[in-house]
This record gives sequence, structure tokens and C-alpha cells, in this order.
Amino acid sequence: MTTPPTQGHSTPALKLKDVAKAFGSVVALKRADLTLAHGSIHALIGENGAGKSTLVKIIAGVYQRDAGTLEYDGEPVDFASTADSKAAGIAVIYQEPTLFPDLSVAENVFMGRQPLRSLGRIDTRAMREQVAAIFSELGVDIDPDRPTRGLSIADQQLIEIAKAISLDAKVLIMDEPTAALSGVEVERLFTVARSLRDQGCAIMFISHRFDEVFALCDTVTVMRDGEYIATSPIADTTVEAMVRQMVGRDVEALFPKVESEIGDVVLRVDGLHQTGEFTDVSFDVRAGEIVALAGLVGAGRSEIARAIFGVDPYEGGTVSVGGNTVRRKDPADAMRKGIALVPEDRRHQGVVLESSVARNVTMAIRRTLARGGLLWGGIENTAAREWAARLEVKTAALDAESGTLSGGNQQKVVLAKWLATHPRVLIIDEPTRGIDVGTKAEVHRLLSTLASQGLAVLMISSELPEVLGMADRILVVHEGRITAHLPRETATAENIMFAATHAAEEAA
Amino acid sequence: MTDATTVRTYRDYGQPLWRRILLTRETGIIAALAAVFAVSAASVPNFASELTLQYLLLDTAAILLIALPMTMVIVTGEIDLSVASVVGLSSVLVGVLYQGGVPMALAALIAVAAGAVAGAFNGFLVTVVGLPSLAVTIGTLALYRGLAVGLLGTTAVTDFPDGWRDAATGTIPGTPIPWVIVVFGVLAVAFGLLLHFTPFGRGVFAIGLSDSAAAFSGIRVGRTKLILFVLTGTVSAFAGIYFTLRYGSARGDNATGLELAVIAAVLLGGVSIFGGRGALHGVIAGVLLIGTLSSALRLANVTSDVINIITGTLLIASVVSPSVTAWVRNRWARRGRSAAVSQP
Repeated sequence: MTTPPTQGHSTPALKLKDVAKAFGSVVALKRADLTLAHGSIHALIGENGAGKSTLVKIIAGVYQRDAGTLEYDGEPVDFASTADSKAAGIAVIYQEPTLFPDLSVAENVFMGRQPLRSLGRIDTRAMREQVAAIFSELGVDIDPDRPTRGLSIADQQLIEIAKAISLDAKVLIMDEPTAALSGVEVERLFTVARSLRDQGCAIMFISHRFDEVFALCDTVTVMRDGEYIATSPIADTTVEAMVRQMVGRDVEALFPKVESEIGDVVLRVDGLHQTGEFTDVSFDVRAGEIVALAGLVGAGRSEIARAIFGVDPYEGGTVSVGGNTVRRKDPADAMRKGIALVPEDRRHQGVVLESSVARNVTMAIRRTLARGGLLWGGIENTAAREWAARLEVKTAALDAESGTLSGGNQQKVVLAKWLATHPRVLIIDEPTRGIDVGTKAEVHRLLSTLASQGLAVLMISSELPEVLGMADRILVVHEGRITAHLPRETATAENIMFAATHAAEEAA
Repeated sequence: MTDATTVRTYRDYGQPLWRRILLTRETGIIAALAAVFAVSAASVPNFASELTLQYLLLDTAAILLIALPMTMVIVTGEIDLSVASVVGLSSVLVGVLYQGGVPMALAALIAVAAGAVAGAFNGFLVTVVGLPSLAVTIGTLALYRGLAVGLLGTTAVTDFPDGWRDAATGTIPGTPIPWVIVVFGVLAVAFGLLLHFTPFGRGVFAIGLSDSAAAFSGIRVGRTKLILFVLTGTVSAFAGIYFTLRYGSARGDNATGLELAVIAAVLLGGVSIFGGRGALHGVIAGVLLIGTLSSALRLANVTSDVINIITGTLLIASVVSPSVTAWVRNRWARRGRSAAVSQP
């Protein structure tokens, strides 16, 4: 093996203290602490948006920290780029490896630093032999000569790990590596990770699956809202304790829920099916009700929302509003029947960034605004002024480009666009992602008020406090299926998290 | 949030009226057109005559016509390179049909319908099959031209009825303005309204700036693009009939390379090749600017090679200038900031 346990285990491999990072007005990390020891596998857990990925990118040199210290083997360091962190011996393995599909496995491992023979010729034999040696040590059976195209994601991750080993990496960071792996593949990955640990490597493991954290890791650090919460030996903690630390807010106070009268069924989804995305999705949403779709990122919630609105196709099942069936794959029809969708990706799907506030706000009602088929400037500005004022969009002029507004104000523009259509059903995907705390509260208040006025709201959220604080009913989605149906009274962070990580039969 | 005491007020525009009118690219192109026209009239012998103006308009009419729908296609972020081949195809169809005894009016109608079908085929490949318009229309550029040459070979049909020929080249009595420009004027108003003052036009701009945000707003992206390709084919076929009558000759190789003249003029007129930006009056000024410049240079006995070099350079300068302006503005803004920071 190429990684000798260089230091005594007393000096940590990597130590972060009070690290902070902001993007414009959005604070991604407030105060992050993390200490990785040699010969240890350390779990980093937290909700989506807790700052884990930002932390990884700071360690990898993708981002530069605004404050705090970073020590590597006891020495303060700054990584100006990913090349710097790599040279120092830090390797990061992402969920989706990025290999060159048409090059061989060995060529990928040695990309950019091929061993050379005389006259600058690439020593393919040395390359192949070294890769074969690493693979045999890992107990992996991959032919170094085959192209990487067609290899499973699990095999591609192992190639990334081989790359890290050949680089003599002392710190290995794995960002949700198991998200796309099967059970057998996860076991093989764990075996490799344990053998690296035994050789003195410091490994950081990010996962949403508690069972994996318990099976693999010896230490766990919890983050929440960009802050360090706690680090404990795995033997001293429980799933319940970790969830409490991850969620840990005064949920009731942040999300004042307006009680509203629940009316008739407005949106009915029956047996919706799309191969590879979601299966047998049936539920309804009543007037005045907020129903949340909870679950992990990638569980298929956004796909369901997009299918209901008609942006994405579905193979089977029906969607109806007030008894009228909505045509498949036709957002214009969904709109006419009274569905509005505030999408997940605000900057690409919600607003046209380079278009004005007025044009964005009136985009969905431009046909009803037209007089004699024509739109003169004044008509749109009048309507835009009214809706911008109702939602308190902060902009000086109606012709300002929407891209110049803050995230929260862009979200208000999207909400204004859809509320102007007087929808009967509002589907809102991650209503407060990337929004400052003040505007978050405003959006929550607005959703509650709208529901109390009789709107049927379907909310998708990865933030448990939001789900628990806002929803009348919670549907948990796991791998494209609804695995739990929890009324507000009995829903807890624990039972949502459990259903989100387990198949239906286990959750029941 | 509907609390009356917190209602905000908004201005319609962030800039004063004069800035919004004077500091636009379209105004710049119109000013350049006026300047080139004035300089040419003053310095080029015979330029300032009714006959020159008449021929200038007759020569640019086909480009003016096709530039109208092409502007909308480019605003959506697509492109149609097959327009000149549709001109050739429509020219050949009119010739062959008329020669075969079909009445001229019916022949013209069939040619225009064929143009619509050719445009629909482009649109089908782009929106339904999902191929990039650049590749599709490079293919149909060859396909439609091939059909045109195949139908008529290397011969030409030249004996068109005098009444039709006069209509294509004649002018409003007492003026140098050709009738075809009157037709263009009507179409320009229609296209201008469609692009700038209808819900359809709002969709066209939204698609050009963000396909996906447009689709998520219920705008029928595919249908909109399909309509625009059909319009382009139709107008190109109409321009093909004009072209045939203007030169009195239906040939398979009519208007070869015209697509580049059209696209160059549209870009010069301020339409972004990336989609989402542009205005029709700028495009019209852009076509006339290139037309005026080459007409004046020709009269000044400049060779066509040199004219091509000049118009080509002008086009590159016009496409590059927005980026240069933005870069300079950025530099100034940064300098201003760092100066502010260094103040104690």
C-alpha cells in the first residue's frame, strides 16, 4: 500500500475551525467545525441546506472560505484551487463520478499525470500494472484496459478511489456515495473504505442513511443551518438523538399556522405512473388544505409535481381539478384548469432572469390581459404593479431585470405570476430554498393565508421544520412511491425521516 | 400582505424616457443608416436620385421581406438557413407550373403553399423530432435547393405575363417607391405588432431568454417555434415569386447565398444570435444600412470584393460592440468601486 500512517494519531489529518462562507446575501456556512482523525471514518450529517456540500467544496478548494481556519496535518493551509487540495493529498468522491467515458480505466486513473518512458512516451504498461495492483489490493475485479463507458456508478466510484490511492491521498471525502448504489455495491464500497481506514487514511462520509452511518463510521458530526452542532462517538448516540440535533428548532414558533376550513377535493391524482420516476401515486388535496410531499432529494417528488402540471410526461394515471381531467404533457391546459406550479429551480424554471419584473409577473396572464389581441405597455404595468405590491416585491422599477433581484424577491415574482392567474391549486416546490430568513417567514405566512382563503396547496419541501410547521397532511415519498401518509397530529421528524429512508412495507 | 398601509409604489421605468429611446442599439443603427445615407448623397455622384432609391429598394426587398419572420425565429434562439433555397424552390415551382399552363395566380398560390410546407418540415424536425435548427436547416438548405435544381435543371423560365412583371418592378406613380415595398410595409406592421404587442410575441421573447422558464409558464414552446418556421417558409416563398418576376427568370439557383445576407442584416439590426433580444425597427434599419452602403459603394466604383469586406467588417463590429461596451462599463464600475474602497 502506498499510504503509510505518517503521523501519530494525535495530530488530526484535517481540522476546520469557525469556517464561514456567504454567497452574496445568502449565508451558506455560519460557523463550521470539523476534525478528521487519521485511521477514522467520520460521518457528516445534516438536512439539505445545512451546509455540508459547501463545507466539502471549501475543503476541496472549489470555494474559498470567508473566515475561520483550516489546518492540514497540524499546519494552517489555504487551498486556492482543487489542484492545490489534490496535491496536498485530499481526494473528493462525488455522487456522480466524472470520468472520460471513451478512455480506458487506467487512463482515467492517471489522467494528467501519466507515467512516462523515454522521449516523453506514455508508459502504458506501468500504468496498467499500477492500476491492477491497486484493484487487487482493494479486492476489485475491473479490467484496467476497458473503457469506462458502460461501467456502473459503483465501479466508477471505485475508479475514483483508485485515483485517490494512486495520488497517495491521506484524506478521502465521499459526498453521498451510496445514493445510487445497490446493497451489494454498498457493502463492497464499505469494505474498501475500512481497508483504507486501517492503513491510516482519514475518511469523511456524507450520507442521509442512518443505518449506513452506524454500519461504517466511528464518529459523527451533525450540522444545521450552516453551523456545527455536535460531534460524538457513534457508540454514544442514537438515531433519535441525531434527528433531534439535525432538526432541533422551535418549529411551532417559526411557522405560525393559520387554521383554515377544509373544503371539497380540488386536486385528485390517481395512479400516476412513469417508469423509472414514480409508481402508483394517488392522493388528493382539498380546498383550504396544505399537503406536503416530504422525502429525500431524488425520491421523485419534483418529478410528480412536474407531471401533474404537465411539463413532464407520465405513462399512466390521471390528474383532475374539480372533476375535470387535465390533459397530459400540456401545461397550458393545466393552467386553464386552475393549476399553478412554482418550480424548484427558480433561476431556470421560475423566472426569466433577463426579462423585466413586469413581463415576468404578467407572463402567465398575458392572454387575458390583451385588449383586442394586443398588449400595450400600460396594461401589463398596471397588472404587474398591483401584484408586485400585494407580494411586496422589493424593486425600484417594474422594468428592472428580474435577475437583479434577491432570491427571495425572485420567488415573490414567481408567486405573483401564478397568483395572478387565480389558481385553484398551487403546487410549490421548495418554497423557501435559498431565501433569507425574513422572506422565508413572509412566504410561509402567505401560504397559510392563501390556504385559509380556500386555495388547495401542495408543497414539496426537504426542510422538515417547514413540512411539520406548515402542512395539514404529510405524504412521504421514497423511491417514487408514497410510503407514508401522516396527519399533522401524528407527524414527527422521526417518523417522516424513517419513512423517507425505508420502503413502504418496513415503514408500515 | 394585502395590508393597505404597506403597499409599495413602483415606477414603470428605471431610466428616463430620453435614455430609453436614445441609448438603444436600434437608435444607433437608425442613426448609422441616416449618416451613411447623408454622406453618400453628398459625396457619391448620382446617389441622390430617384432611380438609385428605386433600385436600392427593389434590390433589398427580398431581404427585407425574409428578415421579418427570420427576426422572430432568431429571437426564439433558433435559426433558419434554408430560406434562400425556399426562394429558389418557389421560383422554380412558379416557372414550371406557369410553363405547364397553370394560371399565374394559381401557380403563385401553390408556390407559397409549398413554402409553408417546407417551413413546416423544418419546424417538425426542430420541435417534434428535437434536432437543432442549425443542423436541420443546413440539411434542408441542400434539400430544397436540390429539389429546385432537379425540377428545372439548368434551364430557366423567362416568359412571365407583363402585368405581373410590372407589378413586381413598378412604383407608386410619381414616387420612387416600388409596390413591393408597400406590401413589405403592411407585413412589417403586422410582424411588428405580432412580435412587440401580442401575447404570442411575449412568448417568443421568453422562449429566447429561457426555454424552460417559458415552458414552466404554460407557453407552448414547440408550437410557437413551429408557427415561426411556417411563417418563414411562407414569406420566403413569397419573396421567391417577387425575385422571379423582378429578374424575369425562374431558375433553380436563384438567390443562392441570400440566407447569409438576411441573417447578417438581422444581427446588424441588433437581434441577439443567442435569442431573446432585438426589435423589428432595428432589423429594418440594418437591412437598409447594408443595402445603402453597398449601393453607394457600387456607384463609387468600388469592386464587389471590397464591398463584401466592408459589410463583413461592419457586421463583426456590430456583433462585437455590445460585448465591448459591457466590458468597458464593467471596468469602469470596478475602478469606481476600488476607488471608493481605498478612501480612508
